[in-house]
Amino acid sequence: MQAGANLTGMEDVLRLSPILMACGFGILIMLVDPFVPRARRSLTANLGVVGALASLACVFVSAQHMGRSYSGLPYTSLIQVDDLSIFMFFAVFSFAFLAMLGSLDYLEREGLQHGEYYALVLFATAGMAVMACAQELVTAFVGLEVSSISSYILAGYRRNAPKSNESALKYFLLGSFATAFFLYGAALIFGGAGSTQLEAIREIILHPNPLRQKESDLLVLGSALVLVGLSFKVATAPFQFWTPDVYEGAPTPVTGLFASGPKAAAFAILVRVFYSAFGSYRDTWFWAIWASAALTMFMGNLAALVQTNVKRMLAYSSIAHAGYILVAFAANSQLGIAAVLFYILAYALVKLGAFTLLGHLGDTGERRVEIQDLAGLGRTHPFAALCMSLYLLSLMGLPITAGFLGKLYILKAALDAQNIYLTSLAIMLAVNSVISAYYYLRVVRVMYFSEPAADWSPAPVPYPVAAVLLFTALPTVYLGLFPDAVRVMVLRSASTLR
Amino acid sequence: MQLESYAVILSAILFGLGALGFVFKRNIITIFMSIELMLNAVNLSFVAFSRMRALLEGQVFVFFVIVVAAAEAAVGMAIILQVARNRQSLNIERIDLLKL
Repeated sequence: MQAGANLTGMEDVLRLSPILMACGFGILIMLVDPFVPRARRSLTANLGVVGALASLACVFVSAQHMGRSYSGLPYTSLIQVDDLSIFMFFAVFSFAFLAMLGSLDYLEREGLQHGEYYALVLFATAGMAVMACAQELVTAFVGLEVSSISSYILAGYRRNAPKSNESALKYFLLGSFATAFFLYGAALIFGGAGSTQLEAIREIILHPNPLRQKESDLLVLGSALVLVGLSFKVATAPFQFWTPDVYEGAPTPVTGLFASGPKAAAFAILVRVFYSAFGSYRDTWFWAIWASAALTMFMGNLAALVQTNVKRMLAYSSIAHAGYILVAFAANSQLGIAAVLFYILAYALVKLGAFTLLGHLGDTGERRVEIQDLAGLGRTHPFAALCMSLYLLSLMGLPITAGFLGKLYILKAALDAQNIYLTSLAIMLAVNSVISAYYYLRVVRVMYFSEPAADWSPAPVPYPVAAVLLFTALPTVYLGLFPDAVRVMVLRSASTLR
Repeated sequence: MQLESYAVILSAILFGLGALGFVFKRNIITIFMSIELMLNAVNLSFVAFSRMRALLEGQVFVFFVIVVAAAEAAVGMAIILQVARNRQSLNIERIDLLKL
C-alpha cells in the first residue's frame, strides 16, 4: 500500500509536469539572469522560449496520466487533469510560446531585454494552467492571482512610458477589485456548502439539507459574486471597461498574451464552476449570462466602430468576442461548451498574431498604431498585410477561416436548444457580425487601397515575428478547412466534464 | 444570535465599505487600502464560517489569502510608485492618458 501511495504521488508530479516545468524554468531564468553579461541578454530570452517548449512537451506526458490528483498529500484532490485541462494546457503554453517568440525583437528594439520578462510570462502561464485544472475555488483563486500578479507587472513593463504605467495601474486596481469579489463569493460558498470543492458543492445543490434553508441563499449569493469576479477577468459587460485602456497601454506583445491566455483560462474556470458545480442553478444564472452576452456584443462592436487606434479597436473587438463566447456558454449544453472551447482557440490564435504583428509595425515607442499608419502595407509588406487581412477576416467570420466555423458552432449550439431566448441571442450575434464587418474591412481597405506614407515605411518583418505569423495564420486556415481533429477534442472535453 | 453570525454580518459590512471606498475615493493609496479592507473582510468571513461549521479548512484558506494579498501589495506599491514618479500625482482623476 505504501509503495502504491508513493507511486500515486509520482503520478501527480507527472500529471502536473507542464506547470512544474514552467515554474522551474521561470526560477532558473531569475537565477541565471544576474550573471549574464549585458551583451548576451539573448541567452535568458532563449531560455524562456525553451521553457515554453519544454512545458508544451510535458503536456503530452500529462496527457498520459490523466485523472484526479491523489487524495493524500501533497495535492489533496485539488486538481484534476481531464480532457478539458489537457486542451487548456496545450492552448495556454502554445500562447506563451508564441507571445515570447513575438516579444524577442520588440524588447530588443525598446531596450527592455531582461530575463524577468520571460520568467513572468512563464509564471503567468503556470497560473493560467492551474486555473484551468482547478477543482476547488481557493486553488482557482491562487492560480488566478499567480497569473494576474505577473500580468500586472507585464502590463507596466515599459516602465518609463506613462501610458504603460497607467495601463498597469488600472489593471492592478480593477483586477484586485475583481479578485476580492471572486474571493468573497468563495467564502460565502464555503459558508453555504461547507466546502469549496466543486464536486462537493454540486452534491450539496443536488441533495440540499432540508434543515438548512439559509444554505441555498448563501450559495446563490456566493455564485453571483464569483460570476462578477470572473466577468471582470474575461471582460464581459458590464465589467469590461478596463479592457481597452489596459490593452492599449500594455506593450503590444503582452497585449497579445492578455487577449489569449488569461481569457482562455478564465473561461475554463467559468465553465467548471457554472456548468459543472452550479449546473442545477441554471435558471438563476441564465438571465445574468443572457443580459451580459447581449450587452457585451453590442458595446464591444459599437465602440470599436469609432476607434482610430488599431490596438484599441482590437481591444473592443476582444470584448465583442467574449460576448460571442458567452452566447455559446448560455446554451449550457455539451455542444455549447465545445463551441466555447473551439472559439477560444480560433479567436486567441488570431489575436496573438495580430498583436504581435502590430508590435512590430508600431515602431519604437509604439508611435505608429493608428489605422492610417497601416496605409499601403499591401504594397510594402505583402506577407504581413496578407496575414493581417486573414486575421481580420477570421475575426469577422469569413468562410475558410477558423472564425467562421467557430461562429457556426456557436450559432448551432444556440439554435439547437430550441429556446426563444437563445434564438434571440443567436440573431443578435448575426447582427453584430455584420456591424463588425465595417471596422474590420476598413483596416483591410486602408492596407490595400491607400497610398503608403512617403516619409516612413516599417522595417522588414524579423524572423521570429514571421514565425509567429506563420504559426498563427496556418492553423487559422487549417482549422477553417479541417476542423475535425480539434472538434473531436473539444467535444470529448465537454462530454467528460460532468 | 451566535457570535459567528455577528462576525459574518460585520464582514459583509466591511466588504461593502471597502467596495464603496474603491468607487468613491480619489487617492490611489486610499483606493488600494479599500481593496485590502475587502480582502480582510473575506478573511473574517472565512474564519467565521469555519467556526460555525467546525471545519478547519476555512482557517487554512485565510493563510492563502494573506500570502497572496502580500504579493499583490508588493507589486501594487511598485506600480503606484512608478506612476507617482512619472506623473507627480496620486489623484486617480489625473491618470487619464487612456480615455474611455
